Amino acid sequence: MAIKKFAVAAYDDEEVLFPAVKSVRRKGYKIHDVYTPFAVHGLDEAMGLKGTDLHIAGFIYGLCGTSTAVGFISWIFTSDWPINYGGKPHFALPAWIPITFELTVLFAAVGMTMTFCYLNQIMPGVKKHVFHPRQSDDLFVMAIEIGKHGNEKEVADFLKTTGAKEVNIQVAEAGWWYGRWDKKEPYELAAG
Amino acid sequence: MNDRFEIPGRLRNTSIGLILVGVLTLIGGIACLLMGQGTTDVDHARFWAVLLHDSVFFTLITTVSIFVMSAVSLAQGSWIIAYRRVPEAIGANVWVFATIAAVVMFLIVFTFRDSHGVNTIYGWVTPGNDPILKGKSPFLNKGMFVGFTLVTLGLWSFFGRKIRALSIAQESAPHNDTKIYWKVFRLGAVFLFVYALTQMSTSPWLWIMSVQPHWYSTLFSWYTFASAFVSGMSLILLWVVYLKNQGNLGLVTKEHMHDLGKFMFAFSIFWTYLWFAQYMLIWYANIPDETVHFKMRQQGPYSIIFYANFIINFVMPILILMARPSKRNYFTITFMAMVIIFGHWLDFFQMIMPQPLGQYWHINWFEIGIFMGFAGILIFSVSRTLTKSDLVPNNNLMLKETAVHLS
Repeated sequence: MAIKKFAVAAYDDEEVLFPAVKSVRRKGYKIHDVYTPFAVHGLDEAMGLKGTDLHIAGFIYGLCGTSTAVGFISWIFTSDWPINYGGKPHFALPAWIPITFELTVLFAAVGMTMTFCYLNQIMPGVKKHVFHPRQSDDLFVMAIEIGKHGNEKEVADFLKTTGAKEVNIQVAEAGWWYGRWDKKEPYELAAG
Repeated sequence: MNDRFEIPGRLRNTSIGLILVGVLTLIGGIACLLMGQGTTDVDHARFWAVLLHDSVFFTLITTVSIFVMSAVSLAQGSWIIAYRRVPEAIGANVWVFATIAAVVMFLIVFTFRDSHGVNTIYGWVTPGNDPILKGKSPFLNKGMFVGFTLVTLGLWSFFGRKIRALSIAQESAPHNDTKIYWKVFRLGAVFLFVYALTQMSTSPWLWIMSVQPHWYSTLFSWYTFASAFVSGMSLILLWVVYLKNQGNLGLVTKEHMHDLGKFMFAFSIFWTYLWFAQYMLIWYANIPDETVHFKMRQQGPYSIIFYANFIINFVMPILILMARPSKRNYFTITFMAMVIIFGHWLDFFQMIMPQPLGQYWHINWFEIGIFMGFAGILIFSVSRTLTKSDLVPNNNLMLKETAVHLS
């Protein structure tokens, strides 16, 4: 991943946050992410985020589960080890439906959970940069990416006009990485 | 907000036309029975079975509206408030279909006999020397049938009208007065109890399952309920879409339609679950008393309907309604609502017809004409009720909540 420079603004009210997000987008700055203590309805639309495609992944995982179950059971009971159970035909589809259903649900659920973790970059043993210690407590924190040619002072001044309580510039890793929370990373030490 | 519905001339003409078609079909059917050359016992049975099928089907799908309103009131849900007048109007007209169903069923029980003096629709009425029917006679007898039917239909009709009356009374109550709200809440709880003891147990036993009095399935009432519920939701949706096309129901957005679509999708799956649970247990145990039911339907003369039923009521909803955009598209959702109602009409058809008609079943002018007649009665009565009050429940406590509802 990449180490980038961010302008970070902290707001103490969602009613200030919404116009701020809108004006930042109108100005053309790139919002890295907005961190809020609770789910704020409509914020994803205000930030211009697209709807998720997670459910399409879920459908595909479900199909994988269905075909795994039907394929495996039918292979076992018709060719690998055919046994006569109560005079039923070897290809006894109704009896397999419950297991097929369960496996469909299992594949879809586990697959979607893992995809969700991947998309949100959360996993045990994985670290992400925290822009503000109070972002999960009582502050709404917006991080804006400053490109190579961006002017950090201009961005910070603009953020102050949007009603931010606190504005600072941070150099941080943008993605996720394997790491421990009790140890600082080299780039963190370098940035002080 | 003022939002009155006035019946467009086209709708009134359509509904009256459909009722006329139904009446003419009925007269034609009677004329064929009385004057036709060589009418057989099966023709008589078909006449009554078709009336039974449609009257029970329409009674059950309209009662679903009362159930939905009760359940949502009890859950304190607001999503239904934007179009609550629609289920209210459908529920307030349950008495129409209840009356027709009661008349049809009592005529079948008391007057219908074939040339050998046997009631081929409700076989338990004339048990003869059958030991099984004699053993079931403490429950399956005329007195129990009439008593249960009258109590059930009476309670449904009462609750349907009462819930609507309370909702209308809320309009003239003081602003933000919660008295009626909690009254509907309690009434909803009572109705769920009533509904559980009728639709989800006794009524399908008596009205539909007893057509095949030797056979039984403990799941049958749930299965019937699922079938009725999903078509009842589709019926509400069709009315909502119609009213929106007329420029009414301004509060209803795609979010509300999406919720109704979710119900249609989810309860199609629920129906399939019960359909399959009943099928698989009977298939697995392979006891002749039980498999006789599916012998007739799956491998016998009804196999077309059996498989069509599965495709229309499971494969089509799961494939078409699964995606979010299709539940928010007025065309797909309306199309699927009509498909689902037709599919569950077929489902009720294959529940009732095999025993009295055997291989001589038809879906012909008589079946379709009677269905059109019932549809006409439904459109006529519900649209009349809809005109009688404002379509937006202005004084409802949850009006603001429903306006900003997100599915």
